[in-house]
Amino acid sequence: MSWTVEDAMVVAGSRLLLDGRVVFAGVGSPLLASVLAQQLHAPDLTIVLEGGFIGPRMIPGKLPISTNEMRGAHGSVMLAGIIDVFLFAQRGAFDYGFVGAAQIDRFGNVNTSVIGDPASPKVRLPGSGGANDIVSSCREIFIITKHERRRFVERVDFITSPGYLDGGDARERAGLVGGRPTRVITDLALLGFDPRTRALRLEGLHPGVTAEEVRDNTGFDLQLADDVVQLPAPTTEELSALRRLRGGPEAADEQPPDGEVVRSEVATA
Amino acid sequence: MSSPVPALAEHDRRDRFDRRDKRMRLDEAVQLVRDGHDVAIGGCLYSRTPWATLLEILRAGRTGLTLSRSLMCFEAELFLARGAASKLVTSWVGIGLNWGIPKLFREYIEQGRAEYEEWSHLSLGLRYEAAAMGVPFLPTRSLLGSELARTTGAKEMDCPFTGERLCLVPAYVPDVALIHVHRADERGNAQIDGPPYMDRELAAAAKTVILTAEQIVPTEALVASADRTAVPHFLVDAVVEVPFGSFPHECYGLYEAWFDHFDQYVALVDEHGAKGVEEYLRRTVDEPGSFEAFLEQVGVGVLLEQRRRAQELVPR
Repeated sequence: MSWTVEDAMVVAGSRLLLDGRVVFAGVGSPLLASVLAQQLHAPDLTIVLEGGFIGPRMIPGKLPISTNEMRGAHGSVMLAGIIDVFLFAQRGAFDYGFVGAAQIDRFGNVNTSVIGDPASPKVRLPGSGGANDIVSSCREIFIITKHERRRFVERVDFITSPGYLDGGDARERAGLVGGRPTRVITDLALLGFDPRTRALRLEGLHPGVTAEEVRDNTGFDLQLADDVVQLPAPTTEELSALRRLRGGPEAADEQPPDGEVVRSEVATA
Repeated sequence: MSSPVPALAEHDRRDRFDRRDKRMRLDEAVQLVRDGHDVAIGGCLYSRTPWATLLEILRAGRTGLTLSRSLMCFEAELFLARGAASKLVTSWVGIGLNWGIPKLFREYIEQGRAEYEEWSHLSLGLRYEAAAMGVPFLPTRSLLGSELARTTGAKEMDCPFTGERLCLVPAYVPDVALIHVHRADERGNAQIDGPPYMDRELAAAAKTVILTAEQIVPTEALVASADRTAVPHFLVDAVVEVPFGSFPHECYGLYEAWFDHFDQYVALVDEHGAKGVEEYLRRTVDEPGSFEAFLEQVGVGVLLEQRRRAQELVPR
């Protein structure tokens, strides 16, 4: 079954989610990856959406476009208030926080607010929503985004959602003790953080992608882990489930749900 | 009622005899919104938005409003284009992933034509919650280390008990909160089916509450399911029955959001910019002249289809 780099990204994200855990997911790729995990290897993964939905079982082909619409609430075991659901996160009840990023820097700081000078922005972006709250409090933070130079920058124009700030122990010193970013998943690679400097480093490559290509698409000098692994290609089972979630076989030709354009198709061996 | 939050206390000192029957027409209810008011919008993004009330405020020609909401949809743009709002306080503005960020809203902010204050979702919620609790601020672990902490004017402190670093957010007291619910009695006891979002907190934080309900029911009908009552009558000032009052946005279990309408709206604004928004306002606000007339324009076929889709998702 043929797959796109977008498929590989979502599948790689889903594989990080272990069964029996709780994931606070943003809509788009994070939610798609979470529901995929739930349908395959993690049937007891509890999904939480910031609309207040706890434990939804969404209908394939009817995943929500927003974090608060009723399609996302389907099958929930609790419909909590928005503040309540974020307070569960702050209390430390959620294992994973899973968000996207318009801009991300060397230390995993995320910008979804403004491009350019914050005082007079060149581009106004949608804003934090719950992203700042999710990355401030969930135990392990996963960030999923397309791998482009303009997104992976030396320093974000604005820290909407804190990663490791200036690196080292800066995050802990700022008082952010609830959790930390551990993985960045892209359409080219899987990244992690150097345990000492807390700088992003390349840890895994999707099939057919080279470390050189990843570095070329990164706007700063990206370090490599000691052993950069080859990520397994999406399986037929994963791809079929993903297509069902997106809404039937015809969905393969559709624009992916977060509006990103598929750049290339790669055939599985 | 008398609140210890100064902004609320002054308001609460006024005579607030709690009338037995607060029903009125929508055009009467929006007279409670004055030019320059700070107006909080209930629901979230395109869910349970008090859409009928918002259109009525535009019809009434208010100016200089500050709008606040947890996540804002294209109402932000309509209010800016009409000159009704000059400031927005929120955590996120967009229509939804499929439609992106409202184009004219972006222009207004990028050109500095409107004030914009961005909080995180929880920190804005805690601001309403603080006012609702009658305290001047609440602590949180959100915003720490981020630039939102700086741009919003939130403060940091070390906990006097444990020494932990905390962020403090100030109480937010809206002049008026607009809330749409599934059912209410004539006195304003309001029940919500499905997710409550931040509506309980908004109602308790605001000086004045305008409530619209899909249906007004006898009080006895609420008593049997009083655990569902999200807003008690003493917080409410006006009650208006507005079936489909969130439409074209959704109301849990009753009707799904009309995505085709969003497509058409975005296409209109993409093609014609500010003129497109004006055209939309002319068609949906000015020409119909009332929310009922707007719904007639939409047509029974669409309303029934959106109801069918909601019932499929939330079986009774």
